[in-house]
Amino acid sequence: MNSQVIFLLLAAISILSALFVVFSKNPIYSVLWLIVCFFSIAGHYVMLNAQFLAIVHIIVYTGAIMVLMLFTVMLLNLNKASEPHKSIIYKGTAVVTGGMLMLVLLAAMRSTELSTYSVPAATEAGFVQNVGMKLFTDFLLPFEMTSVLFIAAMIGAAVLAKKEVH
Amino acid sequence: MSVVLFKAILIIIIFLISLTVAAYSTYAERKIAAFLQDRIGPDRAGPFGLLQPVADGVKMFLKEEIIPTVSDKLLFIAGPSIFMLTALMTSAVIPWGKPLEIGGKLYALQVADINIGILYVLGVVSLGVYGIMIGGWASNNKYALLGAIRASSQMISYELAMGMSVISILLMTDGSLSLNAIVDSQKGMNWNVFYQPVAFIVFLVCAFAETNRTPFDLAESESELIGGFHTEYSSMKLGLYLFGEYINMFISSAIIACLFFGGYNFPGIDYLGTILPRNIVSIISVGVLFGKIFFFIFFFMWVRWTIPRFRYDQLMRLGWQVLMPIAIINVLVTGAILTFFGN
Repeated sequence: MNSQVIFLLLAAISILSALFVVFSKNPIYSVLWLIVCFFSIAGHYVMLNAQFLAIVHIIVYTGAIMVLMLFTVMLLNLNKASEPHKSIIYKGTAVVTGGMLMLVLLAAMRSTELSTYSVPAATEAGFVQNVGMKLFTDFLLPFEMTSVLFIAAMIGAAVLAKKEVH
Repeated sequence: MSVVLFKAILIIIIFLISLTVAAYSTYAERKIAAFLQDRIGPDRAGPFGLLQPVADGVKMFLKEEIIPTVSDKLLFIAGPSIFMLTALMTSAVIPWGKPLEIGGKLYALQVADINIGILYVLGVVSLGVYGIMIGGWASNNKYALLGAIRASSQMISYELAMGMSVISILLMTDGSLSLNAIVDSQKGMNWNVFYQPVAFIVFLVCAFAETNRTPFDLAESESELIGGFHTEYSSMKLGLYLFGEYINMFISSAIIACLFFGGYNFPGIDYLGTILPRNIVSIISVGVLFGKIFFFIFFFMWVRWTIPRFRYDQLMRLGWQVLMPIAIINVLVTGAILTFFGN
């Protein structure tokens, strides 16, 4: 099986699972389809020789974030009976904002050129050592800024969640 | 013999060994429990009760299969399947021994030597929770849901400390994430456990939590939650959950042996290499690795029948406020020593 076939399969899985996320009636199934979608995206990273990115994608997104999301959806116990009735104003705004997003996406896509599939070059840029070197030399400032941002978010969440002690 | 064929045979052998070890772990667990409680344990089926796992397996397959009418049928079946799948997937990156020589060519006894080996293990471990969560939710039973939620928050909490304790090992092996390289760097008796005892203890405690074993089996604590996430399961679906736990234990023991106890290395492995044919040394090295694995499986059982279950808040406090800081400080100290004193 050459890499183009694998790419097409992965691409089909990504797009179909993403569509199922939107079209599933049951929120649990939406979350599960999103997990499938993340897996196929990790597959794309492997195809691009970025093994580190692929496994971190799996650990962080499917292993941690989606577990928490599933957790929340399970606890909320969403089903058809408890679905709140949405007023016409909400629906109208949703349609308008959705249309605007589509406009932006269409504008962005118009300028891209469609090219044929080419086998990615066998680089080692995606290996752990190389990613680490890049992060701590060329991208040190953005990297540290991101970690400060994460710390701020974590402390903020802990403060918000903590009960006030009188 | 082509490499692909060799790998295919290796995968099948590892699969069969995992299942056999898991089956006989159930027997060993009951025998060890009996020994610790001054009983005899299973002794009816075969000599010394050695056929007990076979009898248990037959019983599991023949029992009536009950799927609750209010459950989500698809996910109810998917739960145990995913649990078993993730339990078996981890074995792909474990180096089981020194390479074998067949027809003048060397074949590594490892299914995939990927350069992110240990991260792959952590990734698959973090997926293990889906089997429990999906099964627990699909049962549509409050005890099952409570068990599933406990399991997932517990596993997420302990993954962090586990990953942190592995980092100090990676610092010792020049930053290579491949399990093969980690094992290679511990030649002879040069085991990581002598340099990183703190990381070893943190990793061991986390391994107990990740495999849902006592004292951290809050997810299925039968005195509070009936059976936790597998309350509604019967027949071989329950069997898959119970079996998956033993396979997890087997694989965790293998990972502990590889990270901290030199994997297939043993003192005098180089000397033996000079006087014995290569393949004999390879087979001895596989035997040594399995010896270490069996010791840790025994250790898992020993702890289970010695220490009572934690309370849930104690579990969370231990994970976040004790193990996590210890692991981070350990990484800092290791890094400082390596920077200022070289090797």
